[in-house]
Amino acid sequence: MSRYLALSLPFIALLVPFYLRLEPSLYGIPFFYWYQFVWLALSAAITWFVYRATGASPR
Amino acid sequence: MIDATATTVFVALFAAVTVLGFYAARWRSGDLRILGEWGLGGRRFGTLVVWFLLGGDLYTAYTFIAVPGLMYGAGAIGFFAVPYTILIYPLAFIFMPKLWTMCRAAGHVTIADFVHDRYGSRALELATALTGLLATMPYIALQLVGIQVVIASLGIAGSGLLAHAPIVLAFVILAAYTYTSGLRAPAMIAFVKDGLIYLTVAVAVVVIPLKLGGFGHIFAAAQAVLAARPKPASIVIAPAAFSAYATLALGSALALFLYPHSVTGVLSARNADVIRRNAVYLPAYSLLLGAIALLGYMALAAGIATKNTSFAVPLLFKAMFPSWFVGVAFAAIAIGALVPAAIMSIAAANLITRNIYRRYLRPHPTDAEESTVAKLMSLLVKFGALAFALGDTQYAINLQLLGGVWVLQTFPAIVFGLYTQWFHPRALLAAWFVGMSAGTAMAVSQHFSPVFPLRVGSVTIAAYAGMYAFILNLAIAALLTLIFDATRVPRTATA
Repeated sequence: MSRYLALSLPFIALLVPFYLRLEPSLYGIPFFYWYQFVWLALSAAITWFVYRATGASPR
Repeated sequence: MIDATATTVFVALFAAVTVLGFYAARWRSGDLRILGEWGLGGRRFGTLVVWFLLGGDLYTAYTFIAVPGLMYGAGAIGFFAVPYTILIYPLAFIFMPKLWTMCRAAGHVTIADFVHDRYGSRALELATALTGLLATMPYIALQLVGIQVVIASLGIAGSGLLAHAPIVLAFVILAAYTYTSGLRAPAMIAFVKDGLIYLTVAVAVVVIPLKLGGFGHIFAAAQAVLAARPKPASIVIAPAAFSAYATLALGSALALFLYPHSVTGVLSARNADVIRRNAVYLPAYSLLLGAIALLGYMALAAGIATKNTSFAVPLLFKAMFPSWFVGVAFAAIAIGALVPAAIMSIAAANLITRNIYRRYLRPHPTDAEESTVAKLMSLLVKFGALAFALGDTQYAINLQLLGGVWVLQTFPAIVFGLYTQWFHPRALLAAWFVGMSAGTAMAVSQHFSPVFPLRVGSVTIAAYAGMYAFILNLAIAALLTLIFDATRVPRTATA
């Protein structure tokens, strides 16, 4: 069960206004945008981690 | 002025998927006279097929036109589509395998079947089915609008009745192969559609920034144009606007998998593990959507000027790509419209057949009868949507926006129903009604803007109307359950 709590991380990262900034930019892309792209990858990685940690069969 | 090269490529690709659509009937063939075969592809799709199917289903052509259009017109708020499509998947990972398992065990075809089974309430079943239908119809119409935008951008314009000829033709073809092949047709076409979309976007995010002098320049130029608008916008969300941004993302994410076309995609999976894996792999489409969203800024930086923001991306492609690749890109969008339109019409047909026809007109139909009705309904639904699209498209846009608000109101009955039967069905029904009414009233009062400024004392909080209605819905469902149970209102009287 506690492993499923990891799935709340993307919600915290994206629903709290941590990222309403332009700097630091990355390759010309403002922080506001690349931060959310990074969380896109992180969220998928976290879901993958939970998938692996909770076994392939459904609960 | 018709672009001949682009049009030729476009028509050739469109013809190829038409052949594929009809051929799909024979793919992993089953008895298409059974609703589970026609309407759920036999529930045999594996991880890869479901990935393409759901990807083609959830990320619609309209999305690919409207999201960059919103960025082009209103700036950073349009980017809410990205957190929205990130947050879908942790939610889907938790809820959808459970839904699949419960529906499979009981042989449910629609989400309203599930609701009836859990609560024994025909009224709640009907409410769920009607909500899904109301939300789906305008959504199908908007897929047509997506095709219309592309056809108009190719320079094809007739007059009078002929003006609508290409879109009507495209739709008749779509209706014919959906009728014969069922869910197998969009599943197969989705492979082509997604291949073309990935190709187009990969080329666009490399070629266009090179031509426009890099991302730094694109964002700076977009900011300059947006700031100079009569109603100034920006490429970053202001702190005061974040509540709207976050609630739009969260509310949309909560609603997405409750749409009939999402449920149809989920139930077509071979097993629950296919759904769990797809929650890991489907975010690849969100990356695509994020890149597409930025095309709106590229259009600003490229100096594309249009009153109708839907044309921002097609005009950008025409300015940046050689003709033949414009044909490929436009075909990607048009074919992209066919996949969700087919799945949505199948999902709507399943709802009408299972939860209205079977429940009210003819209990205990034979399998063959049920699938025949569903096939006919899929035609009816599509022509209804066509009528919508040929009328004033603003209606379809407004209704699609309301659709998201409405679908979110079925969340308590469906998602809590996966885990508990604590809620009283009549409380859920009353709360659904209040949520629907309040959400609709809020959106209409803002002239169909989804963001409602709620005033509490001296503070005004702007947030997604669907979320406000959802919170109200939850509170009423809980409160009335306590009251109804305390006063011993029977739970199954309407079964």
